[in-house]
Amino acid sequence: MTEQHRRLPHGGRIDRTTTLRFTLDGRELTGHPGDTVASAMLASGIIEVAPSLYRGRPRGIVAAGVDEPNALLQLAGPCSEGMLPATTVELYDGLAATTLSGRGRLDPTPDTAVYDKKYVHTDVLVIGAGPAGLAAAAAATGAGARVVLVDEQPETGGALLSEGDGDGTGSGEAARAWAAAARAALDAAPDTRVLTRTSAFGSYDGNYVLAVQRRTDHLGAGAPAGVSRQRLWHVRARQVVLATGAHERPLVFAGNDRPGVMLASAVRTYVNRYAVAPGARAVVATTNDSAYDTAADLHAAGVTVAAVVDSRPHLSTRAAEFADATGVPVSTASAVTGTAGAARLTGVTVRALDDEGQPAGPGRSFACDLLAVSGGWSPAVHLHSQRQGALRWDADRAAFVPGGPVDDQQSAGAARGTYDLAGCLADGAQAGARAAAAAGHPGAPAPDEPPPWAAGSAGPGTVRPLWLIPGDDGDEDTHFVDLQRDVTVADMRRSTGAGMRDAEHVKRYTSLGTAGDQGKTSGVNAIGVIGTLLGVSSPGALGTTTYRAPYTPVAFAALAGRERGALFAPERRTAVHDWHVGRGAVFEDVGQWKRPRYYPRPGEDMDRAVIRECRAAREGVAFMDASTLGKIEIRGADAGEFLNRIYTNGFKKLKPGFARYGVMCTADGMIFDDGVTLRLADDRYFMTTTTGNAAAVLDWLEEWLQTEWPELDVMCTSVTEQWTTVAVVGPRSRDVIARLAPALDVSNDAFPFMAFRETTLAGGVPARVCRISFSGELAYEINVSAWYGHAVWEQTEEAGRPFGITPYGTEAMHVLRAEKGFIIVGQDTDGTVTPQDAGMPWVVSRLKDFVGKRSFSRPDTAREDRKHLVGLLPADRRTRLSEGTQIIGRGVPVTPEDGPVPMLGHITSSYYSPALGRPFALALVAGGRDLAGRTLIAVDGDELVPVEVHSPVLYDPEGTKRDG
Amino acid sequence: MLLVTCPWCGPRDETEFHYGGQAHVPHPADPAALDDRQWAEYVFYRENPKGPFAERWMHATGCRRWFNALRDTASYRILATYRPHEPRPSPQPVETPTAPPSPGDRRAAGSSGGNR
Repeated sequence: MTEQHRRLPHGGRIDRTTTLRFTLDGRELTGHPGDTVASAMLASGIIEVAPSLYRGRPRGIVAAGVDEPNALLQLAGPCSEGMLPATTVELYDGLAATTLSGRGRLDPTPDTAVYDKKYVHTDVLVIGAGPAGLAAAAAATGAGARVVLVDEQPETGGALLSEGDGDGTGSGEAARAWAAAARAALDAAPDTRVLTRTSAFGSYDGNYVLAVQRRTDHLGAGAPAGVSRQRLWHVRARQVVLATGAHERPLVFAGNDRPGVMLASAVRTYVNRYAVAPGARAVVATTNDSAYDTAADLHAAGVTVAAVVDSRPHLSTRAAEFADATGVPVSTASAVTGTAGAARLTGVTVRALDDEGQPAGPGRSFACDLLAVSGGWSPAVHLHSQRQGALRWDADRAAFVPGGPVDDQQSAGAARGTYDLAGCLADGAQAGARAAAAAGHPGAPAPDEPPPWAAGSAGPGTVRPLWLIPGDDGDEDTHFVDLQRDVTVADMRRSTGAGMRDAEHVKRYTSLGTAGDQGKTSGVNAIGVIGTLLGVSSPGALGTTTYRAPYTPVAFAALAGRERGALFAPERRTAVHDWHVGRGAVFEDVGQWKRPRYYPRPGEDMDRAVIRECRAAREGVAFMDASTLGKIEIRGADAGEFLNRIYTNGFKKLKPGFARYGVMCTADGMIFDDGVTLRLADDRYFMTTTTGNAAAVLDWLEEWLQTEWPELDVMCTSVTEQWTTVAVVGPRSRDVIARLAPALDVSNDAFPFMAFRETTLAGGVPARVCRISFSGELAYEINVSAWYGHAVWEQTEEAGRPFGITPYGTEAMHVLRAEKGFIIVGQDTDGTVTPQDAGMPWVVSRLKDFVGKRSFSRPDTAREDRKHLVGLLPADRRTRLSEGTQIIGRGVPVTPEDGPVPMLGHITSSYYSPALGRPFALALVAGGRDLAGRTLIAVDGDELVPVEVHSPVLYDPEGTKRDG
Repeated sequence: MLLVTCPWCGPRDETEFHYGGQAHVPHPADPAALDDRQWAEYVFYRENPKGPFAERWMHATGCRRWFNALRDTASYRILATYRPHEPRPSPQPVETPTAPPSPGDRRAAGSSGGNR
């Protein structure tokens, strides 16, 4: 067990009365509640993590938050999780982690944790609970608005949690007391909700914000059962206040990746919030005032500060105060130009800078094991930018700040470059009040005078950015810009040397900014480096890369929530489903429906089962569950007129008691759907649609009724699920129907093809029986209420038993319909096929207008050489061609040397036909109707298969089977 | 996600709606009277403006009724929604919320985040 020998004796927001044990890379360590894995590592003197991804260089903890590029963990657990920054993982007892070289492992173990979602509406959403966010939430709450405040940290307070007492006035404690009081007031407000451990990662149109809440991750084995591990919040807010703070930038110099080089603000966080000294002897390198707060707090904590190295030519007021108070030497107009150490830092080289920022003069060495760097600050503009909010380069702040409005959003505090605490409080209060007022709640209380503690941290002040600090030997191969992707200035110089000027191009060329941290420490520095390399004076002239969601990584499991497994997509089952399962049906998915594909008997494969099922339908009797067909009841005085306008053929004069096959087209004249429609009464039709297109057809009908013909008296109602449809098919089907429906006169004269009859079945169930055939055989479809579906199915089986009735699935259905040249919309058609192309000119009325009719006389639609539906018979009588196979002319060369091969069309359906005793296919072939009897070539993989062109109706073209 | 105001149901999430393309493109009363070009323009040609665009939406998982919206295709702001047989409203200049006073006063050109 390693002692926490770097733990400071006092302070910090940790619970020293409880010791937590954990292992890291196999080492047993301890920490306290309130620690992150990173702070506990540092408390035990461990700064080094796994080596870098590509270069294998030693790396250490750099940051204290979501911007950490190096310290990535794989956490052990029931389902191990990888790529978690150690700076964001709260310590729990029994935690076991390994550090990663930039690449995690996806655990194949199913994740059994529960993830859920919540949807909330709020007047004001405040993102970030630092001083600005707390002030904003307080103001909006005070105005009476409903408020949601989210923050990624386990406790509210933001930067105030890291405030120190280096100035000896107790301002850090006072700041945290203020934050605690502000939080308590928000918790007490009835319509304000505070969500901690909640990262707002995506901002979308209409102030729709996604945030993920980590509910039990910090509890380890103590996580209660039945509580979701993470929760995805969908927040719709009238107003959004972005109080997301700012990220500190590192400095780019030779050897800047050595373990022991840390962001100055992170050092301050470790000292003050976690009571950890990340080193024993520190140098602070800065371009601005903010690092002096770190230096002061290090000094106060008893850490030797060997020097402060400041890029600015003159001692700032803050720097002078610090130097006077501590006696620490401050070098102005200077920079760290190199580092020393085997792995961990042992010293730095400091050189003076000339007016151009170039090192001048001799190097001085300082021994140290910690270098705290501050290259300036970048407001966390990610969420603003995700909404296409413009950014503007602010030269004084050396930062991109929000530069244009986003509807109903504001940035406040450091997120817009207001860094001093008094300014953040005022900014937040104003933003909160404005947001509440815009959401209908004016009258926020007047903001308080800035409290005395707010004078503590005054922010960076004047900045002299150093985008690229030349090394002592001219080498740029250890000037790291993106630590996680191991991208150096040398890499970037290759990119600009190859002619790239745009940050987007350099990013893609180098992979800079594409790692898990998404460039939080590297993005703006990279723009500064590109500017330096190209001689562009201001990063503002280059612009940033685009910020996209997610701001921080989100587990797919959290995005999926409960919508996994059986709940991922609804599964639709017919009333007869259990019977199919009992018969061992093999199912296929048709849209959301489960349909039996075939019913194998013991020892049968699909081909044998389908042959048997087809024979039963052609030679005896077979039955199929056709309940999944879309069914729409169409009612109203104008129903006939309406269908006449929708279908290519006439329905207005169809007599009640009869049915008709119809085709509907889109305005371009292409087939959209087909099916049989029954006329139940003068004002009532019963339409069937293809299984997969039922919802689209209902949409189509309603669209025309509402937008074009509102004067028509028509109502459409989906009744797909209300009916069970049993197709009874084959020469013996009449016998089955006679037994099943004894009240019905089933003679051909009394009950002709395309008629339907209402009757009561022998079992007492009311039924509508139609003579419809999708196979060419004598066939019936029995429609009953779905409540009786299973029973009637079994009654049908019983009635058919003497005739050997056989259940058949969709595969046999396909063979039977294709043998007759009946199309499947969406398989034999693809939105470019007219009824004439499909060989159905008879379905197109010449007498009336309908949707799409005018398109048939367009020159392109009227062409004679369009692709026509044809039947194809492979000449070898045995090759079953793949659907999608291309068709070419005979003698057409197929070699790379001969170049592109002219295609005539492709196969849309292909099966083995038991009736023909050979395989066959349907195909769309250019000018195919005029090629009957000719031989073409099907290109099936490497095989060139000769195929004879026929009419698409290959079985019983005379229609002798229809009436039994 | 857009917040779309159905003229019958009120504001609802975009995912409740189906999009229906350009509005105010009526089916010609007598298609046969049109020449090929006129018919092709009805069937195939639609505007693609940058700025206010009148378009059709349908409240698919709500009242299932069609309506029209005037939407700015550049900002995605929905400027108005109205019922099918109401006239297209004239696009009102949309009030942008007053931007908070900018920190600093120097403006550098070309700092837009872009949309690439």
